[in-house]
Amino acid sequence: MNQALLDLGDYIVTTLGEAVTGSELINDELVIWAKSDTLLKVIKFLRDNQNCQFRQLVELTAVDYPSREDRFELVYCLLSLTHNQRIKVKFSTSDETPVESVTGLFSSAIWYEREAWDMYGIFFANHPDLRRMLTDYGFEGHPLRKDFPLTGYVEVRYDETQKRVVYEPVKLTQEFRNFDFSSPWEGIVNLPGDEKAEQENEEGAA
Amino acid sequence: MGVISNPALKQGAPLPPGPEQDLVLQNVGEELAERGFVLARMDQLTGWAQSGSLWPMTFGLACCAVEMMHAACSRYDMDRFGMVFRPSPRQSDVMIVAGTLTNKMAPALRKVYDQMPEPRWVISMGSCANGGGYYHYSYSVVRGCDRVVPVDIYVPGCPPTAEALIYGILQLQKKIKRTAKFRR
Repeated sequence: MNQALLDLGDYIVTTLGEAVTGSELINDELVIWAKSDTLLKVIKFLRDNQNCQFRQLVELTAVDYPSREDRFELVYCLLSLTHNQRIKVKFSTSDETPVESVTGLFSSAIWYEREAWDMYGIFFANHPDLRRMLTDYGFEGHPLRKDFPLTGYVEVRYDETQKRVVYEPVKLTQEFRNFDFSSPWEGIVNLPGDEKAEQENEEGAA
Repeated sequence: MGVISNPALKQGAPLPPGPEQDLVLQNVGEELAERGFVLARMDQLTGWAQSGSLWPMTFGLACCAVEMMHAACSRYDMDRFGMVFRPSPRQSDVMIVAGTLTNKMAPALRKVYDQMPEPRWVISMGSCANGGGYYHYSYSVVRGCDRVVPVDIYVPGCPPTAEALIYGILQLQKKIKRTAKFRR
């Protein structure tokens, strides 16, 4: 199975040449590194080539790496039922440069790209209907960006005088506390109360 | 004349099963046999009737809704308390907010609540509806549905079991019986 994936990766890289920057096997899953300007060509090749036939776009998502110059990494997960293979296509992009939409090749990408726009603020060029999808009407910001505050900016409540639900700046009665997940018991040799048992043992021995 | 004089009844408290209750029931039976009618206080009677035919508005938002369905199904069977789910706010008395209330959903919830006729009650079911719960610090979740609608009964749990919801409903019935009165 792994050898088949490696061969497939080599085949794609040699056939597409300059359009891709490489392929690698991460956790037994094939990843193709593409470029922003050749994305459509790569995806179309993967869909239509006889040896690939990745006819389904299973998922399209992004990862935010704020420290990088091109902060987002887009991930396209494709499935080939004919060859029983899965593949990922990845490339980096910034929050300013628009990415070419793949909705012309996969109609399932319409919602995925809307979601990526909603959550990360990645703009997709030539998308038929690029609106927000999950967040509130009139929502500001892109929540899955690492610099978006956990609690957001607004909260809602019902206003008895205005007789409607109003938005207000967030006011927390207790700030979010970040607990560390190391065990509180580690590093404690004697548990509280144990010294009594030891004393009793000594007395018993005496 | 015809009025049952029992000190426990005057306080409006329900009578536990026992010799006292038997005595009252016996008196009622005799009244009916002799005169063919009994007298009772109207507010208590409406309270009894209202609490015995609560029609909940289905407002399932998340996993709590599944427990709400369990409470309605044959094992726990909310029908035996006279509870029938109405998927319409205009014919329901009580709204069970079952699940996470998001900012996007809040205006819709309030709109549905406003459409319910008086008298109306709200049961907040589960941690999320009670106070945001697991999503308390989220950017998109209302920190408790009591920010949007007035809540009568809070059912804790994540999600609460069907028994817990039934218990909450019984508490609401008690509350209705206790506070029932006419609006003039």
